[in-house]
Amino acid sequence: MNDTPMLTVDNLIVSYNGIRALQGISLTVQKGEIVTLIGANGAGKSTLLRAISGLVAFQSGSISFHGVPLNSIAAHKIVEMGISHVPEGRGIFANLTVFENLKLATWTRKDRENLDEAFRRVFDLFPRLKERKNQPAGTLSGGEQQMLAVGRALMTNGSLMLLDEPSMGLAPVLVRDIIRTIQEINQQDGTTILLVEQNARQALKIAHRAYVLETGVISLSGEAEELRNNPKVQAAYLGG
Amino acid sequence: MQYYVQQILNALQVGSVYALIALGYTMVYGILTLINFAHGDIFMVSTYIAFFVSTLLLGLTHHLPPLFTFVATLLAAMAGTSLVAVLIERLAYKPLRTAPRISCVITALGVGLLLENFMVAFKPIGPDSRIIPALFESRNYSIAGVTFSTLQIMIILISGIAMVLLDLVVRKTMIGMAMRAISWDKFTVPLMGISVDTIISITFILGASVAAIGGTLYGMAYSIDPYMGIRIGWWAFISAVVGGIGNIRGAMLGGYILGFIEIFTPVFLPTSTYRDFVAFSLLLVLLIFKPTGILGKPAVQKV
Ligand SMILES: Nc1ncnc2c1ncn2[C@@H]1O[C@H](COP(=O)(O)OP(=O)(O)OP(=O)(O)O)[C@@H](O)[C@H]1O
Ligand SMILES: [Mg+2]
Repeated sequence: MNDTPMLTVDNLIVSYNGIRALQGISLTVQKGEIVTLIGANGAGKSTLLRAISGLVAFQSGSISFHGVPLNSIAAHKIVEMGISHVPEGRGIFANLTVFENLKLATWTRKDRENLDEAFRRVFDLFPRLKERKNQPAGTLSGGEQQMLAVGRALMTNGSLMLLDEPSMGLAPVLVRDIIRTIQEINQQDGTTILLVEQNARQALKIAHRAYVLETGVISLSGEAEELRNNPKVQAAYLGG
Repeated sequence: MQYYVQQILNALQVGSVYALIALGYTMVYGILTLINFAHGDIFMVSTYIAFFVSTLLLGLTHHLPPLFTFVATLLAAMAGTSLVAVLIERLAYKPLRTAPRISCVITALGVGLLLENFMVAFKPIGPDSRIIPALFESRNYSIAGVTFSTLQIMIILISGIAMVLLDLVVRKTMIGMAMRAISWDKFTVPLMGISVDTIISITFILGASVAAIGGTLYGMAYSIDPYMGIRIGWWAFISAVVGGIGNIRGAMLGGYILGFIEIFTPVFLPTSTYRDFVAFSLLLVLLIFKPTGILGKPAVQKV
């Protein structure tokens, strides 16, 4: 894997009102990988994902996707380039139906002939959504809303999917389900994954590689296997 | 009895126009939480565009069919008014997207004043009132003692059709979905690959277009002047609030309610001078008992 990585983040600095949230982050994601980013609350994980999708501006450094710099490209254009983002807290449109939420995510797709197939895929992964297709998304349970958020990201047809704590607030069995689904999306659809998780144990199980983020800097990185056995990671993120 | 049927027709005619304008207030509020106080004046601008285009078309030596002249005037008014509305949005409102609410309110009021005074100062227009030339022959009919004109029926029907179409756009199309999504959470909308700015412009275009339909029809029935947008704008704004601001069908309902208040106030009270009093009283009473308007949902469930 020596060719250009799918995603390259180089020395990225992001500040909010002069306070640095990311102080020079560098990481890469190769095509086909699942990379996970773990770190405590406030470490800057969401900020990094938001910078990649163009939702927050960065002060210096660079982000490139397939070698194309994303500096000053509008967020909606970045989606069109193939990056989908399941935001923290799901961000579903509660006033639209489940179907409308999914449909809206196909806005930039030119391959209209594949939409039926795309819906089938999402309903295949999440049969619950199919049953609740015409229901306002606000009436879904937390777990179902998370399925919808992932389903919506699938509908954009991105080649790289960013997921921000998809297991947040879910019961343990649902956490396992969603993590397994992410692995399935990676293996069956060939979607590259950058996964932010508080639930480090689950994330490290499916990831190929991992980065540990501490207050705006990467403190550790390596193969997932290796990090899982690292005593520092075990103490800080895997509950000893 | 005939008298009341007659007044109901009149109320529907006036109410249609309020409803068409109220839609613009409600849609912009729905996605920007901005009361576009210039919207009444945008409506006024539409009547002048209709006035100039129709005068021009009727002045041509070559005689055009009336239907063509009417449709061309309507489309020109819609296009011209949309352009004005989008320019106002881009130049005046967009730079204030993150500014405090009060700055936006003051700017909107300022834009309204600017439009009024520009029209007065602009030589070919000036302060005098005018009448849009008759684009087609409006005949009066009398059925069972109720008289109505071709124009009156056209106002009611065309407005109704425009509202049904707009309602379909908002409920069924991707653009409508995007508008509703923005009203819920505009920060997540870009992640769907949608440009929020584009949808905002489309919303202004839709609002201006329905106002221009109202403006063209209104200008064929009543005289127009640069200050006409003030009173009509307020009445349409009250319509939107009464119906539930941010709610499409609420704006339509509110428009008809205000139309009935306008026509029926002099029927039950000594003079029509009470109509503003009645309209504003309704607004105040309603805001006490149902602050979100008749069809408005509590703040967490808008549009
Ligand atoms: N919009 C904002 N304005 C100001 N500061 C912010 C903003 N968003 C995040 N921050 C700050 O930036 C830092 C990183 O926040 P971020 O949300 O990226 O952390 P995180 O790793 O995702 O945390 P969590 O696990 O709690 O989601 C925090 O100190 C946070 O307070
Ligand atoms: Mg976060």
